Amino acid sequence: MRSALVAIGWCILVGAAAAQTLHTAASVSAADTPEDAGGSIDVAWEASPDEAGEVFEVLGYEVWRATSATGEYRKVADVEPGKKSYQITDATAETGVDYYYKVKVLGEAFGEKMDADTAPRGPVSASPQWFRAGRLNMLIASIILATFILLYISKARAGQKLFIRRIAGLEAVQEAVGRATEMGKPVLFVPGIADIDDIQTIASVTILGRVATMIAEYDAELLVPCARSLVMATAQEVVKEAYLEAGRPDAYHRENIRYLTDDQFGYVAGVDGIMLREKPAANFYLGTFYAESLILAETGHSIGAIQIAGTAMPSQLPFFIAACDYTLIGEELFAASAYLSREPRLLGSLLGQDWGKVLILAFIILGAVTAFVAQFGVEIGGYSINLAQLFEVK
Amino acid sequence: MRREIPMIVAFVAGVIIILEFFVPALTPVSSRIQNWYLVVVAFAILVGAFNLLRLNYMKVRHRRTDWPFAILLIVGFFTMALAGLIGGIDEGTAFDWLFNYFVYPMSSTMFALLAFFVASAAYRAFRARTVDSTLLLAAAFIVMLGQVPIGSIWVPSWWPFFLSPDWLKDRIMDIGNTAGQRAILIGASLGVVSTSLRILLGIERSYLGEE
Amino acid sequence: MKFVQWLANIDRRILFLLIAASVIVPLLVPLGMPVKVTPQAEAIYEEVEALPSGSTVLVAFDYDPAAAPEVHPMGLAFLRHCFNKKHKVVIMALWPQGAQLAVSAMAEMTDEYDLEYGRDYVNLGYKAGGDIVIKSMGASIADVFPRDMAGRPTASLPLMKKISSLNDIDLIMALSAGDPGIPAWVRVANALFQKKVAGGCTAVSAPQFFPYLQTGQLLGLLGGLKGAAEYETLVERPDAATRRMDSQSIAHLVIIIFIIFANISYFILRRRPEASSGGAPGAPPPSP
Repeated sequence: MRSALVAIGWCILVGAAAAQTLHTAASVSAADTPEDAGGSIDVAWEASPDEAGEVFEVLGYEVWRATSATGEYRKVADVEPGKKSYQITDATAETGVDYYYKVKVLGEAFGEKMDADTAPRGPVSASPQWFRAGRLNMLIASIILATFILLYISKARAGQKLFIRRIAGLEAVQEAVGRATEMGKPVLFVPGIADIDDIQTIASVTILGRVATMIAEYDAELLVPCARSLVMATAQEVVKEAYLEAGRPDAYHRENIRYLTDDQFGYVAGVDGIMLREKPAANFYLGTFYAESLILAETGHSIGAIQIAGTAMPSQLPFFIAACDYTLIGEELFAASAYLSREPRLLGSLLGQDWGKVLILAFIILGAVTAFVAQFGVEIGGYSINLAQLFEVK
Repeated sequence: MRREIPMIVAFVAGVIIILEFFVPALTPVSSRIQNWYLVVVAFAILVGAFNLLRLNYMKVRHRRTDWPFAILLIVGFFTMALAGLIGGIDEGTAFDWLFNYFVYPMSSTMFALLAFFVASAAYRAFRARTVDSTLLLAAAFIVMLGQVPIGSIWVPSWWPFFLSPDWLKDRIMDIGNTAGQRAILIGASLGVVSTSLRILLGIERSYLGEE
Repeated sequence: MKFVQWLANIDRRILFLLIAASVIVPLLVPLGMPVKVTPQAEAIYEEVEALPSGSTVLVAFDYDPAAAPEVHPMGLAFLRHCFNKKHKVVIMALWPQGAQLAVSAMAEMTDEYDLEYGRDYVNLGYKAGGDIVIKSMGASIADVFPRDMAGRPTASLPLMKKISSLNDIDLIMALSAGDPGIPAWVRVANALFQKKVAGGCTAVSAPQFFPYLQTGQLLGLLGGLKGAAEYETLVERPDAATRRMDSQSIAHLVIIIFIIFANISYFILRRRPEASSGGAPGAPPPSP
């Protein structure tokens, strides 16, 4: 009797479900993905009302795509249910092709599976955009900064006298090279462990050029062990030119600028070995360094070399400062080439950079003050006065 | 021309990659340039390997000091390269074995030297010579204590929290350290911008071997 | 006085011996010192706790064997927490050797938990390219990793059917030893795709990520062995890091004692100006 009742109840429920149909996804939209390089379309929709209902269990959604409204549809995405609204990016779309999209709801009631399609949305095509509006602030900042730098370069070119503060580490370069010459020992130049695409390595190689000229003039020996092939090739070229310029092409030894290994600690072992065998009187560590900084600098200290380091890696600076005689901190590394050459155009760029810094400092102070005030709900004409928002980059 | 062509290449590639940050439509061009770079780098490894082998071969041939080590290097080089080329680099291969039982422990050993060198550097550097170095010393002292369990287990319950190494360490790290790191980062980033501009515009040419 | 002179210019090999002893002895005779949890570690723990069971967590193994003693225990503790909470785990690596280290980490996990490959976790393996890899994953993970580490098509894995892009990931844990690593995840996954990113790194590099913590771009950070030990404490399963913390404590103590001795000798010798004690920061430059 009881089972008969259950069976009847079951039939009624199934009938009720059959009478109702699965609701489709609501407000489906398909549009070109904004601010991209093309090749992708965003499809968005809202949850089928059945997700909140009692009768159906929504198993998921599928996104289908075709090149004409009535054409053959191909599935491009499976989406799990459980959200209020959904968005997928179809990154398989081709730029310039018209597409139509359908969203299919998959549901289940009393063991029976069913689905419901939306009407096709389209045509929509992927296209590349010409400007990322979210980065306008960065563009303006870059232009201002570049203008400062270029302005001061042209001023310097016009012959304006520029002041540059003394950088002890760079003053000591000549002294270090001189000492090595007197002692008849080599100078070791370590250009860091990053490749030539790292701007710190480029800064390091430009300094190498200046140092090599000095070394050639003093007639000391220069050793440059490299961790990257391209750095080696560049360093060879730079040093060769430097010796040529100093009028000592005969003193240039290509094999002194050598490749050791790309492996970080293998390289450290190699450089430490060179230090212990060749006992250089002056060590330069300029460029990008990681955990090897202190291992190199302590070994250098143990052989009594005068050591000049420079890097923009904040976490390695303390090690160099503790173990080396002089350390170029961050931007000093980038200023070194200008400082050593005293070429007005290079010095001009330093001054432009300093004005950029002044501007940034002003904005930091303004941003901090306005963010603080905005906390108390202060607004001007309905806008938050928090300047920090201007600097969000998308 | 030997100077002009590299400078033009640097300028064009640099400008495209900078513009791509603002112009999404340039992404395909910029990724192509970056892929070219990856290809060049891959071939450049050969240049390095050749240089390494040539120098060490010369060392053996002319019996320069420590030449037996050069033999070791050449043997090691070819063992590793052949193991990888012949047997592949998957789990269980000879290359994998060499990696796990030679490269791994040797790398770790070199890295572990840091512990010893930190001690010797600290011994020398952290001396209260001047006001600056005394500050450095005090900060190092507090952070080292605050960083490990031993720094806090001796603290009795009545000890004011703002004098505990733990609390002080967090202040030093969060405020002093972070402010300093940011300042260095901002300065260095400006240096990067200005160096990049100098290179793109051909004002800085010493990387091409010219003053 | 002679002793003080000796102390000031002590042979560094003696320091090295003492350091070695201070590391090795506590490994052999554990002290079991308590580990105090920092808010940065707690934040990661709370985030994993707060995720509904079955959420998807991406763990990036961006480190190599050299950094493994510090970073690997973090990975293990974090994976344990995820599997305790029945989260699904997607593993990948921006470092070539990281994928291999992930395999060994998962070998330990499958011993402890009842896990099925493809349903509870996947290992997508290594991909070169750093930032660009993460950026492309924002559009489609299967495009970046068409096959998993073992060569199976990514799309055929049940877990990956639900995950098409970074949008479907609920939390990212970047275990990193350098570049590419935490900065790349913050720059791309957090800044461009608004994903929650947590990090784990070597103790040396931890200070440089504090700015990201303050801005909230990084929701939490495990720094070095201490960070790993903290996470082990949080998941209530002390392991390698907690054991090694004793060594680190004693080594720190020994270095602190060195510094005290160095300063005592320095002050005694300073009263007698003829003695000197080596170069250091701020010291006058050595004579040419």
